Amino acid sequence: MNRSDIPTVALVGNPNCGKTALFNALTGSRQKVANYAGVTVEKKEGIAELPDGRRLRIVDLPGTYSLRARSPDEVVTRDAVLGRLAGEPAPDVILCVADATNLGLVLRLALELKTTGRPVVFVLNMIDIAERQGIEIDVDALCAGLGAPVTATVATRRRGLASLLEIAATQAEGASDLGPDLWHEPSASDVRNAHRAARDLMRSTVRPPSRPDTLTGRLDGMLLHPAAGVVTLLGLLFLMFQAVFAGAAPLQDLIEAGFAALGAAATAGLPAGWIQGLVVDGLIAGVGSVLVFLPQILILFVFILLLEDSGYMARAAFLMDRIMGGAGLHGRAFIPLLSSFACAVPGIMSTRVIDNQRDRLTTILTAPLMTCSARIPVYTLIIGALIPQRTVGGILSLQGLVMFSLYAAGILSALAVAFVIRKVLWRGGSEPFMMQLPDYKIPDPVNLLRNLGQKAWAFISRAGRIILPLMVLVWALSTWPSAPEGAEGPAIAYSAAGRLGHWLEPVFAPIGFTWEMVVALIPGMAAREVAVAALGTIYAVGGAEGDLAQVLSRQWPLASGLAFLAWYVFAPQCVATLAVVRRETGGWVWPGVMFAYMLVLAYLAAFIVYRVAAAFGLS
Amino acid sequence: MSSDALRAAPESAFRLGDVQPGFRGVITAVRRPSGSAPGATDPEELELRLLEFGFVEGAQVEVLHEGPVGGDPIAVRVDDMRVALRRSEAMNVILAAAST
Ligand SMILES: Nc1nc2c(ncn2[C@@H]2O[C@H](COP(=O)(O)OP(=O)(O)O)[C@@H](O)[C@H]2O)c(=O)[nH]1
Ligand SMILES: [Mg+2]
Repeated sequence: MNRSDIPTVALVGNPNCGKTALFNALTGSRQKVANYAGVTVEKKEGIAELPDGRRLRIVDLPGTYSLRARSPDEVVTRDAVLGRLAGEPAPDVILCVADATNLGLVLRLALELKTTGRPVVFVLNMIDIAERQGIEIDVDALCAGLGAPVTATVATRRRGLASLLEIAATQAEGASDLGPDLWHEPSASDVRNAHRAARDLMRSTVRPPSRPDTLTGRLDGMLLHPAAGVVTLLGLLFLMFQAVFAGAAPLQDLIEAGFAALGAAATAGLPAGWIQGLVVDGLIAGVGSVLVFLPQILILFVFILLLEDSGYMARAAFLMDRIMGGAGLHGRAFIPLLSSFACAVPGIMSTRVIDNQRDRLTTILTAPLMTCSARIPVYTLIIGALIPQRTVGGILSLQGLVMFSLYAAGILSALAVAFVIRKVLWRGGSEPFMMQLPDYKIPDPVNLLRNLGQKAWAFISRAGRIILPLMVLVWALSTWPSAPEGAEGPAIAYSAAGRLGHWLEPVFAPIGFTWEMVVALIPGMAAREVAVAALGTIYAVGGAEGDLAQVLSRQWPLASGLAFLAWYVFAPQCVATLAVVRRETGGWVWPGVMFAYMLVLAYLAAFIVYRVAAAFGLS
Repeated sequence: MSSDALRAAPESAFRLGDVQPGFRGVITAVRRPSGSAPGATDPEELELRLLEFGFVEGAQVEVLHEGPVGGDPIAVRVDDMRVALRRSEAMNVILAAAST
């Protein structure tokens, strides 16, 4: 058999039983994240070391109720357990991780895992909560009944890890005399029989809690209440948006000031010329314009991680299921769409919570229609330049109203697109909505910080790997070729980007875009807010007087400006979004579909807005 | 009172998709849905999912909450676990009212 000398130990269990917490506790920081081609869910691997120097390769797998895989992440679990992944033998030992307060379903899974013939170790995780509730588990009887070693752990407090590793290592050594693999897709009667066996086992080995958890019931009384629950959800959302937009502002100012100082220092320290241009305009300004969103993204993630860890997320999905269902979206699509108001990238990553592939793809395809924070600079600039500061009906500001309608247009078109996808492309009944409502828990701060650190690092390294090279490219294209001696007009008109703008102008003329607008659209694809910076460069180099908003209000017809706003409601995807869609769907097909449909919608929307506005004499 | 009424008709069957919050009962059958809309989840698949989530004959069930729009979905306690599901899927779970 072709495997390394380090035995493999797979963590399998229901969702939320603490597999990932256990994985982190066992492997410390020595972990590696693998992303399987074509499969959308990460399988994590890490090394655990015993005191005597023996080592185990630990694999964290997506949660499941059965090896009968229904969703892509469950396929990963099934294939990993059965050794069907290319180039990977089946694990030497299976750790069946159980939430000790909730053994009903996992005992059936354990019996199913036994049929693979691999050694199984049954891990009673969260034993601290079980003890607090006064649940008594007869470990010896359970051990005998399951025919597998049983051990208790508290993953978050690192209790019981040493003996767990010892048992796993011992089992791995005996793994040469495996039983035969008798696993097959269980039929309904198999599942019923296994449930009966699991229930008998549970009756004879587990004494129900003497102090059951009443907190969850009491909290649900309010949080799932048809009226109070919805009000609480809306209140939480309001708080989250406030924190994301207002709370992040001081930190963002700080980052902006930092990059401005860095740029000034580089300008002073480097001789004038193209190297200075590259470093200051290309690298520092480019990467800075993206990293400035780090505080918003981290604040958003603090909220989302807290909601996830506490067990509230499942409740939000419960409250929203019918509302989302009207547009053909799954209840669980609510959270990804919510995250997309900050940025579609984390929003699309969080669609992993949706089991069904079609529901998930629908959500991925509509997520970028939510008004992400990178559109805010574009909206603010153009509204400020072109929409008069007037009040409507005595109280509402016209500018604010336009901003609000742009947000509303995004949400409504997302619902409409989801509706079309589900009713026209993927007809038929939607997937069942069946979801465990876990007990509420106080989030673990260490876990929270670790997750937050991972998100921050992922974002920063993305800025380095993807945005940085792109900014260099954008800068180079709009700098070279330089204008010939004594040329008229802005130098940028002679650059590759400028020529491209002129060349594409006829395509965009029907929607009222000038060549300057077309040029701004191109770097705007790297990150939408870069369009603002590009407009600034184009008009500044062109020698226009006054700040950018004044220039635009003089030079842009209102109809063109409105068409530009309409374009940005759909704004063909930024590269980061397309890249994350490729990663999550495992190919270029879906990013291609997304880009194409959003391009068409953007063009149509801008066309209609431009023509209607022109008909009203606004050009 | 209501408990007397229930005792008087012990074999009356309820569908989980029909009952209101506060209802308690025991699962007597989990059906495989008969004819279904084209493209909808395969009937056997739905039965298996219900079973895997613990909706199995003999399990104690209590309806805890219902959703804000049209009373859908419902939150249910199945033995010692809380599960949310839509009423349409819950129609396949047949209950006898608890006799106490
Ligand atoms: N009290 C307690 N909480 C735990 C324990 N193990 C995990 N948790 C918490 O349970 C939640 C779910 O854990 P996670 O590892 O994400 O579960 P997974 O879905 O199986 O990967 C997290 O909030 C953990 O902090 C434990 O042993 N005791
Ligand atoms: Mg996990």
